Amino acid sequence: MYTQSMDLPQKKEQSASAPGAPENPEYQREFDARLAQGEFIEAKDWMPEAYRKTLIRQISQHAHSEIVGMLPEGNWITRAPTLKRKAILLAKVQDEGGHGLYLYSAAETLGISRDEMFEALHTGKAKYSSIFNYPTLTWADIGVIGWLVDGAAIMNQIPLCRCSYGPYARAMVRICKEESFHQRQGFDLLMTMMQGTNEQRVMVQDAVNRWWWPSLMMFGPHDSESTHSERGKQWGIKRISNDDLRQKFVDATAPQADILGVTLPDPNLKWNEKQERYEFGNIDWDEFWNVVNGNGHCNRERLAARVSAWQDGEWVREAALAHANKRAAKHPDGRVGEQAAPSMETAPMQTAPTAGST
Amino acid sequence: MMNTGNDRSKEWPLWEIFIRARNGLDHKHCGSLHAPDAKAALQSARDVFTRRQEGVSIWAVRAENICASDPDSKAEMFDPAEDKIYRHPTFYKLPKEVDNM
Repeated sequence: MYTQSMDLPQKKEQSASAPGAPENPEYQREFDARLAQGEFIEAKDWMPEAYRKTLIRQISQHAHSEIVGMLPEGNWITRAPTLKRKAILLAKVQDEGGHGLYLYSAAETLGISRDEMFEALHTGKAKYSSIFNYPTLTWADIGVIGWLVDGAAIMNQIPLCRCSYGPYARAMVRICKEESFHQRQGFDLLMTMMQGTNEQRVMVQDAVNRWWWPSLMMFGPHDSESTHSERGKQWGIKRISNDDLRQKFVDATAPQADILGVTLPDPNLKWNEKQERYEFGNIDWDEFWNVVNGNGHCNRERLAARVSAWQDGEWVREAALAHANKRAAKHPDGRVGEQAAPSMETAPMQTAPTAGST
Repeated sequence: MMNTGNDRSKEWPLWEIFIRARNGLDHKHCGSLHAPDAKAALQSARDVFTRRQEGVSIWAVRAENICASDPDSKAEMFDPAEDKIYRHPTFYKLPKEVDNM
């Protein structure tokens, strides 16, 4: 779904790893020169340890957000009002799982294993976006998540498509392509409800009231509070500042609210003709930190759901691997036994073109 | 019990996935995933990478079976081609009349 710009967790580790002097001055110069020219860094290229660590933290946090983000929405799959909406929601939640996978894979290219990342999530060492610690109380929440939460995500993610680390940038391109459907289906859902009964309109307004401020918090702390922005910019992994992205989001969203026929819950929200942007009120940062630090409505529930999914799946993972190993032992030619048990799906593998045919 | 991150033997192997978008095009690398075997890798690749008709054919290759050139030998591998400009058609200046050759 999206990453939250949050430079704060594991601050100590970060500063400890920040090198006083480059580990390898010659490589470092080459690395800096490539970044300055806007070139991509690829997986096996030399990179400073702090760059690697920052990326692992950011990408894995992003991946965790994608899969934890499946939970509040998955909650409504069985209660979707129509078959069409259920199919759409299923597709969206499946996308989020896929996005998590693209990102975990990108992070793995930096030398951390999938299981290590899960371990960090499950023990609470790694963070995920605080937005998913809010509950989804009504069906309108599903629409508002698409419109506002995915909308904010897209704002955050588009600049990441040009991020300096190739595998991350490519994952983001793929994600952004799919994300647009998420936002549009949300708005479409809300439009439908707004054309319904009065009760439905009240439901939409209530959901907007609850999700608006948390959506603005998704862009992370103010630039003045954000400790690693400068370096992120220099490294090409944070191209637009938190506050600038937040402003862009408000400017894009406020007119959409008018079209939808809802009010955004901010008495200070108004168009500034001179500056050609919206002014908006102060964000309650105490609430933000409270949720980030584990005290949101659903922090415990979300984490418990992830941990039990992992634990309950352990026997499946083990059985699948044991089965694969057994078949591999029987068929050491590496074709994993398809000759012994040909099936519709695997038969074409036998005729997979050899390298020469490319 | 929760799997500890250090026990790599329990992790499914990594597969690199290549997809042919449509006939007439090359298979192109599109990402990677973990799967216990080839059949599961193809099935997952279908679910993960072709949900919107992005492909008509999938190759799955165990990541460990790919040998890659070393980024550190980039210069000796690729720089020798740099000064062989006579390998490009634009190297040759021909009379106007035949220059679209």
